[in-house]
Amino acid sequence: MHIIAFLIRRAFQAVIVMFVISLIGFSIQDNLGDPLRELVGQSVSEEDRDVLRDQLGLNDPFLVQYGRFLGRAVQGDLGTSYFFKRPALDVIMDKFPATFELVLGAVVIFLGLSIPGGIYCAINRDKWLAKTIMTASIIGISIPVFLTAILLVWLFGVELGWLPAFGRGETYRLPWGWETGFLTWDGLAHLILPSIALSSIMLPLFIRLIRAEMMEAMGTDYVRFARAKGLSTPRVRYVHAFRNTLLPVVTVGGLMIGTLIAYTILTETVFQWPGMGFLFLEAVNRVDTPLIIAYIIVVGLIFVVVNTIVDFVYTLINPMVKLPGAKA
Amino acid sequence: MITWQGFLKRFLSDPVAIGAGIVLLFLIVMAVLAPWIAPQNPYDLLQLDIMDSELPPSWRDGGDERYWLGTDAQGRGVFSTIMYGTGISLIIGIGAVIVQGILGVTLGLWAGYKGGWVDSFLMRLADIQMSLSTLMIAIIALALFQAAFDANVYADYAIFMLIIIIGIAEWPKFARTVRSSVLGEKNKEYVDAARVIGLPARKVMWVHILPNTLTPVLVISTIQVAEAIMTEAALSFLGLGMPTDKPSLGSLIRSGFEFIFSGSWWITLYPALVLVALVLALNLLGDWLRDVLNPKLRRGDD
Amino acid sequence: MALLEVRDLRVAFPRGKKGEVEALRGVDLTLEKGQRLGVVGESGAGKSMLAFAILNLIAEPGRVTQGSVTFDGENLLTMSERQIRRIRGNRISMIFQDPMVTLNPVLSIGTQMIETLKAHRRITDREAHKLCVDKLKLVAIPSAESRMDAYPHELSGGLRQRVVIAIALLTDPELIIADEPTTALDVTIQAEIMSLILTLCRENNVALILITHDLGVVAEVTERLMIMYAGKCVETGRTRDIIDRPKHPYAVGLLKALPQNSTRGAKLYQIPGSMPPITNLPSGCPYHPRCERATDECRAAMPPLEHGVACFHPMHETPAEETEATT
Repeated sequence: MHIIAFLIRRAFQAVIVMFVISLIGFSIQDNLGDPLRELVGQSVSEEDRDVLRDQLGLNDPFLVQYGRFLGRAVQGDLGTSYFFKRPALDVIMDKFPATFELVLGAVVIFLGLSIPGGIYCAINRDKWLAKTIMTASIIGISIPVFLTAILLVWLFGVELGWLPAFGRGETYRLPWGWETGFLTWDGLAHLILPSIALSSIMLPLFIRLIRAEMMEAMGTDYVRFARAKGLSTPRVRYVHAFRNTLLPVVTVGGLMIGTLIAYTILTETVFQWPGMGFLFLEAVNRVDTPLIIAYIIVVGLIFVVVNTIVDFVYTLINPMVKLPGAKA
Repeated sequence: MITWQGFLKRFLSDPVAIGAGIVLLFLIVMAVLAPWIAPQNPYDLLQLDIMDSELPPSWRDGGDERYWLGTDAQGRGVFSTIMYGTGISLIIGIGAVIVQGILGVTLGLWAGYKGGWVDSFLMRLADIQMSLSTLMIAIIALALFQAAFDANVYADYAIFMLIIIIGIAEWPKFARTVRSSVLGEKNKEYVDAARVIGLPARKVMWVHILPNTLTPVLVISTIQVAEAIMTEAALSFLGLGMPTDKPSLGSLIRSGFEFIFSGSWWITLYPALVLVALVLALNLLGDWLRDVLNPKLRRGDD
Repeated sequence: MALLEVRDLRVAFPRGKKGEVEALRGVDLTLEKGQRLGVVGESGAGKSMLAFAILNLIAEPGRVTQGSVTFDGENLLTMSERQIRRIRGNRISMIFQDPMVTLNPVLSIGTQMIETLKAHRRITDREAHKLCVDKLKLVAIPSAESRMDAYPHELSGGLRQRVVIAIALLTDPELIIADEPTTALDVTIQAEIMSLILTLCRENNVALILITHDLGVVAEVTERLMIMYAGKCVETGRTRDIIDRPKHPYAVGLLKALPQNSTRGAKLYQIPGSMPPITNLPSGCPYHPRCERATDECRAAMPPLEHGVACFHPMHETPAEETEATT
């Protein structure tokens, strides 16, 4: 594919996603609860309200208001949380590290296990371990994330009491304000169960995907040719076959970002993990509109950014996508 | 196409398919007959007695014979709530797939037949929607609806909202499947012939192309019901789906989750087992159907 | 001692629950140093199977069930994987049929060449690179130096096959097995690639097994010929002799079917029927349903390979008249 087409597609997608999200965000900000009531309370008279409405620009035409909303949003002003009485974006960003570290933990687990697992199952198709993994993976796909999470909480948190099952534990504040759980034993211990839960559907899915792609690659002519050249088995498997399975894996990985974000909400709810997803559900229950909007916009942004990174990685590992001007 | 006899023969020779079929049939019958065979009507507040709350299953210490699988915090029998809850999960799952199917087949036919910018626009849209994920779209949509409407009003319409939102969010799966079979069929002779004799495009699409794309649609439908049930369960678990007084399997798990730490594990465990059994049975059947009906995999052994 | 000796080579694939079906049903061949052998037959005759079986590269779930492949005095089929890897791509190279799928799409040409050298030689990257460029020049690839960084999709089919040939030549092998090396290419460059292979083999005294379904090519390139039908060798001998005086009715038919052997304007000859699938072979000689000379004897038993032909009723002295007419 040509790089220009690629960029256009990328930009098109980003614009549509952000446009829809901003439109949703904008159109609900006034309709969910009364912003005036939240600002000034009930005691103000109807005339004063109208004056205030005018001053706040709530009587302006739709497009003017939307333009203003966009202008503010671009500057990072997504309104003030009714509950926290702080800028919504700040409240969200405070919770970002918790979610980020949870996702990182899950990604490490499912990539760390699915790649060797998938390759093993592809190469040793008929061994009992491979068959067991494949059976377990179809069962794994059928167990919803929140059930896995509950099971882990109940088994390791309540019955056995081996691992903490709630919250992040002890965190350490890095100089730039990032609260990390990676630097304390307690923080790491708290990360284990939630990360396993979050990776529990991705893991079987990726094992099956990598196995299927690897098996296909092992049957190709170029892998046979690589063997005919007298290359060592590891080189044939990991350089020739596995390099080719990476392309579909990265593509599917890109398609899973939205699912992964949705699963963080479920996982954080079960483990009361103080991240963005947990915050979002609290905001929904409290009808904290600015916070809801801020969450949606931040998630949309993360989605667009990660998707771009995934596409970029794809171009890096796929020689058929080349930058223009590069020597052909 | 495979004949019915052949289909039945394949089914009867595969123990996994038979097992999945029996489990699914059992759960469906149980759900359909719930109003007549359930020991208790969990919707009828008069039948509930708060004194009966959190009773363990009948075979354990303190269990009550009337409640085989114990009771929940409101004194509802877990067995009865599961019977009714399975029904609600199934209605939402099947309803959502019908919405998906109608939307997806129509848009997929249109995209595949028209081609050009219609096709690229719809497919780009499908890409974006698929990578945003159904669950995420549904969470946001339901969160907004819940915030916008009064909780009681919401509870009345929850079942329709779930069907429609999961239906709309998942249309790309059907659309893509149909589109690719349309592209395969479009240039075949019978379609050309229909066009040549002057049939209008809409008629060619619906009468001539559609029937030939139904096999893959059937194959993904089963898996899609499983997915829709999982999505609904996740939404209900988050408190964005069915309310606890009209529970689906997901909301039963949600209401039980709080009590897992006080030792009342049965309120969560049994609905969870039924949910997993239901989804697993559908997934296994879906996989089996794909293997049997997919001509690509079938080639060479008939 | 012959360079390569194949004795009673059999390859089978599993079929059904326990059964097996033979794709290669006992093949013998002998190849001297620098000799060029053509293996001819319709698709499905087991030609490619023979090529892969020689290097013990039969794809699962197929397996070599019997026989020996002796290369320079050693049996390749009983060697350990480590030992045979020293031969594959080093002393015996292969050229595959379709260059579009032979090269790995995600690795550069340079990587795929250098790794071959490094698998067999202790050599620095710089030396390896230089040697690879030399070979690319040898197979007449323009601007060879810059092709090292190119990826397969950036080259045409003809160029890719040249790269594959260059890879085959990298380690100065004693034997090259070329499995229909021009079938997948444009007609216009088939001759070029074929003469390139012939020249390189001649100049470097490399033995060649050329697998093809094209008797015309074989006549130009090879000294010896083997005709395969349904997993067996039905006729073998000097290429010239078989072309001039084919003995097996199948060989006669193949020659008759060559366009240059039919009268201008006349309808092209075709052997009636088609080769039976290996899963459903007739009794006796597998060719008998298509053979004009078949008798009850042919239907009852498989004729042994004697004097270079496996037929109860070979065409001895009398070559087909049509063939003679146009020579």
